[in-house]
Amino acid sequence: MGIELRMPALSPTMEEGTLAKWLVKEGDEVKSGDILAEIETDKATMEFEAVDEGIVGKILVAEGTEGVKVGTVIAVIGGDGEVTPSSAPVLTEVQAAPPAIAIERPVAAPRAADPAVPAGTNMKMSTVREALRDAMAEEMRRDGRVFVMGEEVADYQGAYKVTQGLLEEFGPKRVIDTPITEYGFAGIGAGAAMGGLRPVVEFMTFNFAMQAIDHIINSAAKTNYMSGGQMRCPVVFRGPNGAASRVGAQHSQNYGPWYANVPGLVVIAPYDASDAKGLLKAAIRSDDPVVFLENELVYGRSFELPELDDHVLPIGKARIMREGSDVTIVSYSIGVGLALEAADALAAEGIEAEVIDLRTLRPLDKETILASLAKTNRLVVAEEGWPQCSIASEITAICMEDGFDHLDAPVLRVCNEDVPLPYAANLEKAAVIDAARIVVAVKRVCHR
Amino acid sequence: MQNRRSNRDGRQRPQSEIKSALRSLQETHAANLRHKASDEELLKFYEQMLLIRRFEERAGQLYGLGLIGGFCHLYIGQEAVAVGLQSALTPGKDSVITGYRDHGHMLAYGIDPKVIMAELTGRAAGISRGKGGSMHMFSVDHKFYGGHGIVGAQVPLGAGLAFSHKYNEDGGVCMAYFGDGAANQGQVYEAFNMAALWSLPIVFVVENNGYAMGTAVKRGSAETDFYRRGTAFRIPGMNVNGMDVLEVRAAAEVALAHVRSGAGPVLMELHTYRYRGHSMSDPAKYRSREEVQDMRENHDPIEAAKAELVKRGVSEERMKDIDKQIRSKVAEAADFAENSPEPELPELYTDVLVETY
Ligand SMILES: Cc1ncc(C[n+]2csc(CCOP(=O)(O)OP(=O)(O)O)c2C)c(N)n1
Ligand SMILES: [Mg+2]
Repeated sequence: MGIELRMPALSPTMEEGTLAKWLVKEGDEVKSGDILAEIETDKATMEFEAVDEGIVGKILVAEGTEGVKVGTVIAVIGGDGEVTPSSAPVLTEVQAAPPAIAIERPVAAPRAADPAVPAGTNMKMSTVREALRDAMAEEMRRDGRVFVMGEEVADYQGAYKVTQGLLEEFGPKRVIDTPITEYGFAGIGAGAAMGGLRPVVEFMTFNFAMQAIDHIINSAAKTNYMSGGQMRCPVVFRGPNGAASRVGAQHSQNYGPWYANVPGLVVIAPYDASDAKGLLKAAIRSDDPVVFLENELVYGRSFELPELDDHVLPIGKARIMREGSDVTIVSYSIGVGLALEAADALAAEGIEAEVIDLRTLRPLDKETILASLAKTNRLVVAEEGWPQCSIASEITAICMEDGFDHLDAPVLRVCNEDVPLPYAANLEKAAVIDAARIVVAVKRVCHR
Repeated sequence: MQNRRSNRDGRQRPQSEIKSALRSLQETHAANLRHKASDEELLKFYEQMLLIRRFEERAGQLYGLGLIGGFCHLYIGQEAVAVGLQSALTPGKDSVITGYRDHGHMLAYGIDPKVIMAELTGRAAGISRGKGGSMHMFSVDHKFYGGHGIVGAQVPLGAGLAFSHKYNEDGGVCMAYFGDGAANQGQVYEAFNMAALWSLPIVFVVENNGYAMGTAVKRGSAETDFYRRGTAFRIPGMNVNGMDVLEVRAAAEVALAHVRSGAGPVLMELHTYRYRGHSMSDPAKYRSREEVQDMRENHDPIEAAKAELVKRGVSEERMKDIDKQIRSKVAEAADFAENSPEPELPELYTDVLVETY
């Protein structure tokens, strides 16, 4: 019984090639692994090996022949009778591309609202810093798999004191100082999560996480999908993000849009203490990789925080910080404070602004934004970050695609100036968004 | 994690002591170079290596037929490395992680060839449901953690797996494989540093097959003795012949005894050779045919094992039988991979996130 040898493809796009050379002749005995021929294209050469043993019967395409189509029978090997017939696959018909099929995208279920705070719950004042620390401490008490690693998180109590007291309570096995080696420890964190632990990896600031972004995206975000849902990576990458104060361009960038671009990640950027605590606890419990973006300038601010045994908030749900009927201001992180400040100023002039804190940047709560737009018909996005390809750009696109009929004015973006952040106090102030700029934009969309 | 180093206070250990510690594993290995395998054991190794060889040949063939797309990196020539090393590990207890040239490591860990081949052809029955492909395959049950397409990324990930073994005190060890090319990635040394600092239970394995794509080792590496590259982190190195499965196995035992004792990582360099192109499309101009032919003819790990078995008096019949069984196993895997359906289109949207928010 003869086995037909067919012209192989060296790449999925190859249609034909040159049969450069035969290394066997008719009558030769070959065994599996022997090189039979050399195939060439303009890009590559491949040695064509025998997969079965037998005698070379007929050579049907002479060496030096150009333009041999993939799948052409180039030789026949006479079998020794022992070859399983199915071991010589034949070229399957190349199927014509199916007509474009409209695949139904899954519709997201309505998102859970924040659990109601029981009446009579004591509200205490807490800084964002304390709220974050308490979130980690509570989750570490609750689950032995949770540990914290990063630069200066243990002995030094955290570069911004967010991990204060954790070493004392949980010891060096669970609160781990790393060397200054972001790519490496982000990989170790992601690997530990694949191995079943729940790492909280602190970046001293997210500026330094650019050295680690490969593990955040390629290793953490894509693994669940690439493994068909088999291998998870429940790691939290957290730390301060965005412009700080007078630290210059390399230490002042908002990475929200970068991470929010990536399917497979959850991206959270809270503003106040209650959201910081409730969402960090949710992030640590999540089975997905989470990028948790904090803000250095907000760490020391105090907010009301409900004193509950287990204050956990839903990921993916925006929060209406202030209700209003004339215009919607969408923001997140430090921008929320500025939006609220602007709303107060606008109220004094008779414009009632609704302020939405996105809280989670991925998955993005479109519904809350669109519902507010349907009510106010005007929308401004305030973002402490660059304008191009920003969260603000994304929200503008959402309003165009899904809220066009509700728009009475163009959506405007209020972002930082499109320059690296300067050091000089006056230039820095000029570069970063403030409430006054939000007020101006709101008046424009309100035609006032 | 507590620092292992006694010289945290700045005291120096004598140079001679450090040097001998770094060399001691190599000396132990040299004293007992080859594993004393029973006939049955050697037959088992032979069978596993042959399975990888035949599987890869078939994968190459399916690629030629257009059934496998994209990149497909074959392990032909390197079989003794994965088989020898992993024969000393326990699937489900010890973890294994590697790069994109991963089919051999999976087969050596007992993962079903059918679901591997079906992943190569992008079918729903593939181990990653057709969504990973050749470079991205995982089996959490076996503790095989991939299957990574970014050169070198598996090394810190492996250190993270080792971290979880230590944290959980489960007695497991991670074996993290990477290439001679990957050995030049900075993150490898970041991982070395932390693995040594925290005494993580990990064996770093450089599979030195002589080339990173078309770049010969000496064109890309200032220090070509990769086993010495842990010296700066006080990681003992081992220089091992990767073309003899029994040498590989013996070396694995020395390395694992060290790591399992809690003494921290070991760096093994396995000298091996890739017979085929880097991926399927390869210019094949960076080395001579004679060089490849010499390795195939004079250093082939499977032929060597076969010759040894024959010399030991294992019957021709028995060998033929194994051959036949493997052929039909691979044929079965190929049939399965060819005939199972592609993923349903709604699979496009599944497993992006684990939870719904
Ligand atoms: C970070 C990164 N750079 C480049 C590549 C492209 N690439 C894939 S494999 C490879 C060569 C790696 O060689 P080596 O580490 O020796 O492994 P081998 O292929 O020999 O097994 C390169 C450059 C990649 N996948 N990732
Ligand atoms: Mg190599």
